[in-house]
Amino acid sequence: MLLRAAWRRAAVAVTAATGPKAAAPTRGLRLRVRDRAPQSAVPADTAAAPETGPVLRPLYMDVQATTPLDPRVLDAMLPYLVNYYGNPHSRTHAYGWESEAAMERARQQVASLIGADPREIVFTSGATESNNIAIKGVARFYRSRKKHLITTQTEHKCVLDSCRSLEAEGFQVTYLPVQKSGIIDLKELEAAIQPDTSLVSVMTVNNEIGVKQPIAEIGRICSSRKVYFHTDAAQAVGKIPLDVNDMKIDLMSISGHKIYGPKGVGAVYIRRRPRVRVEALQSGGGQERGMRSGTVPTPLVVGLGAACEVAQQEMEYDHKRISKLAERLIQNIMKSLPDVVMNGDPEHHYPGCINLSFAYVEGESLLMALKDVALSSGSACTSASLEPSYVLRAIGTDEDLAHSSIRFGIGRFTTEEEVDYTVEKCIQHVKRLREMSPLWEMVQDGIDLKSIKWTQH
Amino acid sequence: MAASSRAQVLDLYRTMLRESKRFSAYNYRTYAVRRIRDAFRENKNVKDPVEIQTLVNKAKRDLGIIRRQVAEQGTAAGRKSGSRSQSLGKPCTTWP
Repeated sequence: MLLRAAWRRAAVAVTAATGPKAAAPTRGLRLRVRDRAPQSAVPADTAAAPETGPVLRPLYMDVQATTPLDPRVLDAMLPYLVNYYGNPHSRTHAYGWESEAAMERARQQVASLIGADPREIVFTSGATESNNIAIKGVARFYRSRKKHLITTQTEHKCVLDSCRSLEAEGFQVTYLPVQKSGIIDLKELEAAIQPDTSLVSVMTVNNEIGVKQPIAEIGRICSSRKVYFHTDAAQAVGKIPLDVNDMKIDLMSISGHKIYGPKGVGAVYIRRRPRVRVEALQSGGGQERGMRSGTVPTPLVVGLGAACEVAQQEMEYDHKRISKLAERLIQNIMKSLPDVVMNGDPEHHYPGCINLSFAYVEGESLLMALKDVALSSGSACTSASLEPSYVLRAIGTDEDLAHSSIRFGIGRFTTEEEVDYTVEKCIQHVKRLREMSPLWEMVQDGIDLKSIKWTQH
Repeated sequence: MAASSRAQVLDLYRTMLRESKRFSAYNYRTYAVRRIRDAFRENKNVKDPVEIQTLVNKAKRDLGIIRRQVAEQGTAAGRKSGSRSQSLGKPCTTWP
């Protein structure tokens, strides 16, 4: 009896009967509750009106854009939002002391995830700010003797933009190209390092194609040439094992909302031994050792710390599961559809970020067709423009394939049913869109599209 | 205090699963149920009573988290969906 009531409550909160259109089995969104009438027979308005209206929402397969809060993280944050709301920099009363204690505990949690000392962690408002601090801060501090920076063409927008703004200040930046696999050529990196290079910045895991760069090797090269090494590890922290000492990383950017933590918080790791000097970007009361002034948002950093601790405990379990689900997704799509290309090196790859190009299908139309699944083609920062992603262009993808790429994200909370549903819908819509495509028709007839001379109008 | 007996551990397991099924969000619910099952299964051959007690204490803490979060999220979900009109969140009907 109690169980039935619990099921009913849960079912009401999750499911909705949106009328006879619900022929498409959204298995992932509905509970199989035996005492409910069959879906099509329940009319939308009358049945739902007296109850709190349940709403069908798309499946979330875009974890590279952001991740949901882990319940354990929210549980850790709540007391600091409700009761322990003191400013951690207030030295004179218990509210400040307990808030400061929480902040330092969070700092320890973040540090232990990456093998750092807590004094090397500076809390920021996110990975974008951390990247700005690392790149601009280091470049400007050593400006008198070192005027050169090295980065890659597949970095996140904030890194590329920071470098561009430094170029306007008179610095020289080398943007290393990547190979077709998405990984940089280590020999090219070594050749690019000059006597006046202050910083090399290479992201650990790419947010669009999921490629893992050889961070340990790059760290070794940089440390032997006495150049600082910064890595944007927003997509990698808590997902793959990272150690700043083993990998000889001098600066690292961490993002809260990519590891099931809250949005609006991040951290930057700045090495103390040997000391990396950074010019502060934000002036103020000297908080965070003068590196980042401003009141540290206690609930957010507590959330970040809790997220890091949970990630450390769950890393192996999550990685095994996500690899299995990713394998399932790729295998099932590739065996049912021809002409599907996975972008990025299949071996040095984080399994939770899968970027597939479906030939002869337009990416935006496929995204719109897959309306029950929240997906993205490329990164969230660039999703407003219709240009194909610069990352795909950097790995040498053809223009037409670059337009037809979709990024599938699999995270801690993704279920097998969600993956199966996404695969089923994807196959169905790609087949349908290809049927409508004249290019597909021509390919089926054996015409080589590259040999066609398209006339100008 | 005596180490937790098999019956107590099983009772805890059943309670945790029962509480987890009350999460209103699909992803949290499925994660909690799956993780609890896998965690208890993974540790089923642990023999050392001290280790068992540590694991049981952690599980009790997690049970507390689940109970609190189910209650919190229950009110959040209820508040949101009560006043919203049906048309929001409906999948697009013009696409075939």
